[in-house]
Formats: sequence, structure tokens, C-alpha cells
Amino acid sequence: MMSAYLDFIRIRFLMMLAYRVNYYSGIIIYAINIGAYYFLWGAIYGEQESLAGFTVAQMTTYIAVSWMARAFYFNNLDREIANEIRDGSVAVQLIRPYSYLLVKMMQGFGEGLFRLLLFMVPGLLIVCLIFPVSLPVDPVVWGVYLVMLAFSFLINSQINILTGLSAFFVENNEGMMRMKRVLVDLFSGVVLPIAFFPGWLEAVMQWLPFQAITYLPSSVFTGRTPLSEAAGVLGIQAAWFLLLLVPIWLMWRAARKRLFVQGG
Amino acid sequence: MRYASLFLEYIKNYAKTRLTYRADFWVEVVSDLLFQAVNLIFILVVFRHTPTLGGWSEAEVVFVYGFFMIPYGLFSTFFGIWNFSERYIVKGEMDRVLTRPAHSLFQVLLENVDPPSLVGSFVGAGIMAMCWSQLGLPFQVWDLFVLLLLVAGAVLIYAGIYTALSSISFYSDAPTGIVPLMYNIQNYGRYPVNIYNKIIRFVLTWLLPFAFVGVIPASYFLEKKADDLSQLALLTPAMGLIVFGIGLALWNHGMKRYRGAGS
Repeated sequence: MMSAYLDFIRIRFLMMLAYRVNYYSGIIIYAINIGAYYFLWGAIYGEQESLAGFTVAQMTTYIAVSWMARAFYFNNLDREIANEIRDGSVAVQLIRPYSYLLVKMMQGFGEGLFRLLLFMVPGLLIVCLIFPVSLPVDPVVWGVYLVMLAFSFLINSQINILTGLSAFFVENNEGMMRMKRVLVDLFSGVVLPIAFFPGWLEAVMQWLPFQAITYLPSSVFTGRTPLSEAAGVLGIQAAWFLLLLVPIWLMWRAARKRLFVQGG
Repeated sequence: MRYASLFLEYIKNYAKTRLTYRADFWVEVVSDLLFQAVNLIFILVVFRHTPTLGGWSEAEVVFVYGFFMIPYGLFSTFFGIWNFSERYIVKGEMDRVLTRPAHSLFQVLLENVDPPSLVGSFVGAGIMAMCWSQLGLPFQVWDLFVLLLLVAGAVLIYAGIYTALSSISFYSDAPTGIVPLMYNIQNYGRYPVNIYNKIIRFVLTWLLPFAFVGVIPASYFLEKKADDLSQLALLTPAMGLIVFGIGLALWNHGMKRYRGAGS
């Protein structure tokens, strides 16, 4: 049974590979975005040495690695699920002898693997050539960061699955998916590290899963969060991963009972 | 005159189709505004940590953003042909457009009007008005005419660039990625251009003139800065005409080469 799931990873990976040219321009787009924020933050720092605990050098690295992490964990699972619910093909998926959500997760992972190898890694190399990014020298930091990145992917995919499943309950969840995308970018810390948020908002963010996607791992990568606190970060990520399984399971249980296929 | 009545008919048709899904209209308005709100939140949060951004105060940067939202909303409403290559070239809908006498670009644009985006323009105007009084800028009736002229120029710049980009699909088979690329470059134009290095500033001013959509025309109303961008502000309408002229010429030339997608 496990090998069937592994095949879903392989197939999606190969499918992405067939369309790899589309992702070359993606690397340039990410470099452009990193560039915009690089200059913007340069102007924001001005004469100041450090802001909200980030030095200028750390900030540059933070931007570069956060965008490149996004290049890896980003996927359209929400849209895929919503489309299958809307066009009714989810009914066929439900008959098949596998867990639909696990298959989606595996497909997402296949895409993630492709994005990691052909998007994030070359992207980071190119960005390091253009901008003064200082990568950590300690191999332990790299190792820990890779594990965190895996959790980033899991948590982001879980949020995507939750958003996608909402299509079972509202006939058009297009707006919800768009809002989710904007909110995840803002609250996960890609656009703005959470340490910059006003105090009350920062406090709210500590109780939400978004910071575990980008802000916490990137802070460890840039060295703002020392390695000694990395275990705590991993703990938060693991806790959110487990906690998010609950609403997914509840929604999935409720959804199967009320599924009606529109048209057909 | 014929085009004006065609315009009305298209809008009527749009209203009919959209009234079937009323909730979608508001969903789109809200998610559009949310997207803009994130950019504004970025500005507001950042200014809690610094007094100026390359010599521009918070109210000034927000003013520039408010100005930017006006042409951007108008552009998204009337020139939102993001999926031109996909829908008209690959799927062959261009053939249908060409069987009718009205200008092809006019038809394509009107088939893709997106009035929900217009709300962004009003919000932008509101933000601008707020900053206007906060900055204590002098106001004359004359300014309103200048504002209209600058907004028109800015819309034409956007329209010209995206028309040119769309016409690439007449020449090349799969121009994937160029439109999203441009979409990301245009983000540079919302902030004071003097924070970028010389090359980027030159590109944004003269090659891909996104600076003429936000910061340059907006600086006309603001206090003079060291590098005095406002000198260029009144060039905006001329720039708009030039860029749109280039876009239209590329479109018309591409149109002649168009052979259809086959099947």
C-alpha cells in the first residue's frame, strides 16, 4: 500500500519536471521580489544598525531564505481540492481504495521535491550571487533548518487542505482561497518578520500556526534565534502539525456526509 | 459614437452575467482590497521603526500608494487581459473576435472588464485625500484637473505595457512567464525610486516606466525632494501616450501576422 503512495510522489514529480521551463521564469520572479525588498529594507534601515533584533546583514539573508523557502513549500493543493469538489471528480476519488487526503499530501510532496531541487536550490544560488546574503557556516544549522523546512511544508499544506475542503461547505470558495494566500504571506513573515509587528499583533501571532511556516525557521537560519533555542522552534512546529490534523479530520468527516455533486 | 454604444452594451451584458452570482462580486472586491491592505500594512508597520524612507515621510509614502491605487484600479478594470494568450490564442477565441468589425483590442478589453477592481480606485482616492489634509498640502481646483491628467497618463502607461506584452503572443508560441514577471516588476514603482540603485531607477523611469504610475506623478503634489522627481511629473501624460502608442502599434502589427491556432 505504501508503495502506491510513493508512486503518487514520483508521478507528480515527473509531471512537474515535464513543465520545468515554467519555473525558470519563477526563479527570476523570486529574485525580483527579493531585490525589491532588499532595497526597501536598505532604505528602512538607513543609518540604523539593527531593527527589531535583526541586523542589516541578517535581514538580507532573512528575505532571501524566506522567499526561497516559499518557493519550496508553496503549492496549490487548496485549488486542486476545491476544483475536484466543484467538478464532482472527488466522488470518483472517494470510491478508490486510498485515503484521498493522504494522496493529495503525497502529490503536494512530489511537487515540493521538484520545487526544492529545481527552484529553491538554484534560486538560492543565484540570489546569493546577486545580493550580499550570508549563509550559515555551521552544518548543524543547515541540518536543523532542513527539518524545519519539512515542517513548513507540512503546516502550509495542511492549511491549504483546510481551505480546499471548505469547498464542501460553500459553493464558491474562490475568495477564501485568495484571502488565505494573502494572509499566509503576511502572517507567516515572508513580507515582514513578525518581530516588526506592533506588540499586540505579535502576541496574537504567537498563538497562530502561520509563524511556524516561515518566520521561526528563517530566524534560526539567519542566526537571530540561537541554535540552543532551535529545539523549542521544532517543538512548536511539531505541535502545530499535530494540532492541525484535528480540524482536517473533523472537516473531512463532516464533508463526506454532506457531499453533493453539482451537475455532472 | 458606435464604440460608445458598444461599450454600453458590453457593460450591460457584464452586469447580467454577474448579477447571477452576486456574492462573487463582493468576494472579489474584498479580496482585492485585502491584497492592497497588506501592502499598506507593510508601510505602516515599517514606519514604526524608521522616521523616513529615503527622505520620504510616512504620510508621503502612503500618499504615493493612494495615488498608485487610482490608476491601478482603472487599469485592472478596463485592461485586465492577464489571460490573453491562454484564452484567445491557445484556445482560438481570437478567430471569433476577428469576424466582427470593431477593433480587436477594443473587443478583447471589453470582454474582460472587471468593475470590482474599480473599488480600489475609490479607496485609493480616499487614502490620498486623507494624507493630503494630514500633510497640510495646499489645494486648488486646478489640482483636480492635473490629477485627472496624471491618472489618465498613468493608466495609459500600464495599458500600453500590458498591450505590448499581450501582443507578444502573436509572435511567439508560448510566452509563459512574461506577464507574471512584469506583474512583479511593477511592485517596484509603488515606492520612492530613489531607494533603488541607478540601473533599476533608470529602467523604472525610462524603459519600463512603472515609476510614472506611482511615485513620479504623485510627487507633483508633494513637497520638493532633493532629486526633485516632480520635474518629471508633467511628462506622465506624454509618457502614457508614447507607451500606449507603442503597445497599440505592436498589437496592430501582430494582428496582421495572426494565423489562428489551427484546430
